Amino acid sequence: MKLSLGKWLLPLYALLALIFLMVPIVYTFVFSFNDSLKSNIVWRGFTFDKWLNVCQVQNGAVCAAFGNSILIAVVATVAATTLGTMIAIALVRYRFRFRSQTSLLLFLPMATPEVVLGAGLAAQFLSVGVPKDMTTIILAHTMFCISFVVVTVKARVAGLDPALEEAGRDLYGSATQVFARITFPLLLPGILAAALLSFALSFDDFIITNFNSGPVTTFPKYIYVSAARGIPAEANVIASAVFILALVIVVTTQVSSAARAKRLAKQG
Amino acid sequence: MANGEFASAGADLELVGIQKRFPGFTAIEHLDLKIPAGSFFALLGPSGCGKTTTLRLVAGLEEPTAGRILIGGTDVTNQKSFQRPVNTVFQSYALFPHMTVLENVAFGLRRRRIDDPVAKAHEALRLVELDHLASRRPLQLSGGQQQRVALARAIVNRPALLLLDEPLGALDLKLRRQMQLELKTIQEEVGLTFLHVTHDQEEAMTMADTVAVMNKGRIEQMGAPEELYELPRTAFVANFLGQSNLFTGPVVGSTSEAISVDVAGQKVVVPAARAHRHTGEVTIGVRPEKLSLHLTEPVGDVGRNIMGPGRVIDVSFSGVSTQYLVEVPRIGTLIVFAQNMAFGPVAHEGSEVWMSWNIEHGFGLEDDASVEPRFEADDTTRSIATQKRSSLLTELEGA
Amino acid sequence: MAFAAFSTSTTTPEPAPRRKSPVALLLLLPGILYLVLFFLAPLVSLLLTSFQAPSEFGDVGQYSYAFRWENYVDVVAAYWPHIMRSFGYALAATVLALLFSYPLAYFIGVKARAWPLLQSLMLVLVIAPFFISFLLRTLAWKQLLSDESFVITSLKALSLMAPDAYFTGTPLAVIFGLTYNFIPFMTLPLYTTLERLDLRYLEAGSDLYAHPFEVFRKITIPLSMPGIVAGTLLTFIPAAGDYINASRDFLGGPDTQMIGNVIEANFLVLQNYPAAAALSIILMSVILVIVSIYVKRSGTEELL
Repeated sequence: MKLSLGKWLLPLYALLALIFLMVPIVYTFVFSFNDSLKSNIVWRGFTFDKWLNVCQVQNGAVCAAFGNSILIAVVATVAATTLGTMIAIALVRYRFRFRSQTSLLLFLPMATPEVVLGAGLAAQFLSVGVPKDMTTIILAHTMFCISFVVVTVKARVAGLDPALEEAGRDLYGSATQVFARITFPLLLPGILAAALLSFALSFDDFIITNFNSGPVTTFPKYIYVSAARGIPAEANVIASAVFILALVIVVTTQVSSAARAKRLAKQG
Repeated sequence: MANGEFASAGADLELVGIQKRFPGFTAIEHLDLKIPAGSFFALLGPSGCGKTTTLRLVAGLEEPTAGRILIGGTDVTNQKSFQRPVNTVFQSYALFPHMTVLENVAFGLRRRRIDDPVAKAHEALRLVELDHLASRRPLQLSGGQQQRVALARAIVNRPALLLLDEPLGALDLKLRRQMQLELKTIQEEVGLTFLHVTHDQEEAMTMADTVAVMNKGRIEQMGAPEELYELPRTAFVANFLGQSNLFTGPVVGSTSEAISVDVAGQKVVVPAARAHRHTGEVTIGVRPEKLSLHLTEPVGDVGRNIMGPGRVIDVSFSGVSTQYLVEVPRIGTLIVFAQNMAFGPVAHEGSEVWMSWNIEHGFGLEDDASVEPRFEADDTTRSIATQKRSSLLTELEGA
Repeated sequence: MAFAAFSTSTTTPEPAPRRKSPVALLLLLPGILYLVLFFLAPLVSLLLTSFQAPSEFGDVGQYSYAFRWENYVDVVAAYWPHIMRSFGYALAATVLALLFSYPLAYFIGVKARAWPLLQSLMLVLVIAPFFISFLLRTLAWKQLLSDESFVITSLKALSLMAPDAYFTGTPLAVIFGLTYNFIPFMTLPLYTTLERLDLRYLEAGSDLYAHPFEVFRKITIPLSMPGIVAGTLLTFIPAAGDYINASRDFLGGPDTQMIGNVIEANFLVLQNYPAAAALSIILMSVILVIVSIYVKRSGTEELL
């Protein structure tokens, strides 16, 4: 194999691989414009209707489910991010006993299959006699998001130069001031990344939700339930909108941090 | 290079018309070099001069934009690094962290299917006195030990040509002196050809048979260490190798024996054989340790140049010698090294002094001192192509 | 492990020595208590449920506490094929994901190092599937690979597939779905490790007479092992418990039911909570064994 061919093989593979990964996304997006009736399987024609009237189908069931998902995700994210950030800071900055047990406890939810998590929580709610509703979903989501928050923030805390906080103390800052004005702003990108991850995990969760939701419908649950009889194109609309929004956020953060890094390098 | 065999002796290296361009800048303009077999050759220069690029070209880790590379008479320009009978001792050692010391050393032998790699690896480790650590991992060794393992790993393959990329940079002074002696001994014992790249001129002069001073992608001067030191050809070499006092002025008289140069009213004589240019505006120089310091105006001597009076503006004690900075009006600041034969300095700050030196010790440069600043600029090359940026920066550090 | 890909700093500064302080307890307690309450306790609950027996005079779905270990025997006897199938599919999906992701991660992490913006954008594309609902992704493949789809009809037209063959509903489809959905989980840890690979080791290998393939086998792979292990764990474990791909409404058929499907059916439909719990415990135990092997070899510090 001559060098010229070998050199292009890998980039070509990478390109094809990325295209392969995009296929279902493109499909979903395209079919959100399908002029479908009940089920969205056969292409009938192009229309913007579904995008414009997304909440009208099935008496707004899709939008209601979407709204539930958003609400749950927001509350669970706030809770998980708070609890997780505190743990991450403790893990990196402090010594304490039972360190390895704590790490294990934090790791296990990530390693446990969702069926087990879902069934376990459901079994517990059952035995305690708590009815399944929005609250149980939020409690469940917060639980599995904490570990992911810890991992993400921990990476950020570990990368924080302690000299910065020492400089703050050296310049007469109290512990609270140092935290508020130096530590927290520097941690913020990591915390936001963790929050974003947590939000995404919560929003897209189906299995755990399915076990613990009772009558409440979230967006993924709606899709699962409709899968048998036919998913309306409006679900595609919402999914596509979420995708585009997420993509824009992530790309913007990447581009802006790269631009900032470039600017700083030039000044230095 | 057949599989399974060692080279019978060191081979010579020839670079013909080598040019290396990266997007954005040219690392090597035009390089012609011939290193005879069995010699210890040092490539010396500041960071960014192209010496590491040259090394990588010889190793096969880079491809030249133009030119040919011949090892032992064979054109290896199109051969990849794993096909060339060349081994490198990397600046960062690059010992495989997931293998033991023994496995590291045996690595090359195994790839070439050489018999009994383990025994040979042990032998090489004994040569660097690290056989007792054969089953350790590289990360468990000190910097000096890692360096010796890296050396053993390269030498065990008996390559026709051994490349050393600033291998002693990370070692402390004592260990470095030790390793310099060891490297020289091993080279002479085994008879390999060594190409040693460094920015440390003392190291180059101590170890090498031949030194080439490189600057901005070109070799400025090449020869035995003493030759380069006592008779530098360019201002860069004069200032890079040790320090020099340089004077610029017009030639006011020349005979077959010597030239006389007018340096701000004072006459300086340089032997014609030691001056590259005999007419016009020339730059001449003399080494600081060749100057004698006088507290009173010395008597004229046909064999010596006299300069002065000047005023001592700085006295620096450094154990073996004392460095004096002498300001001579209309000429500039001269450096004088005086061996501390007695206690205390010869002259104090503010004293009026004269300097003299043997005419035979002066030299005349081929180029102009005004081209090269007295203290050479030490910046790393700014316009480095993005794709080679990180790798080049790590290679070029260390100045 | 995997999530270092999200950290922004490329160099880790000298860490400050860890302090001992009551503040640590204050920071840890809320989160840890929460996990104990909503993670550990449910697992205990699950364990207890798995030993329950049907209530004497109760309805369907009514159980009382007992130590009916026979539940486990019943469940294994009834669902032995499903258990084996789950681990089999998960293993196949893991291997396929590894083969698919390694070259991709290698390209992004090693070859594309000179263009960090390109690296970031490619990584975004790798995790982009996460932004579309998991269910819709799987459904998309179901439609794209259904009998009437363009892909299948073309394959049949080109005689690459038998005229009466079908793809959806077969084990192959389930494995395909599992592989696709877990590719990002495999790619990110691989990328993290490969991104840190010091290329000078590869140069040293080549300098020491190793052919490019030997360099890959003897140097690149061993040095990227942490990423391979992390990716494998992150893929195999959730894949084993997945039941969406295998569900009949998605890519599965009547013979592809995995342990997750069975647990769901028993819990939500049959209300046979002990059976569902017993199966969950079995699944969890196998996973714990795998995790403990990993922890024994690498310690707990690297987990997070």
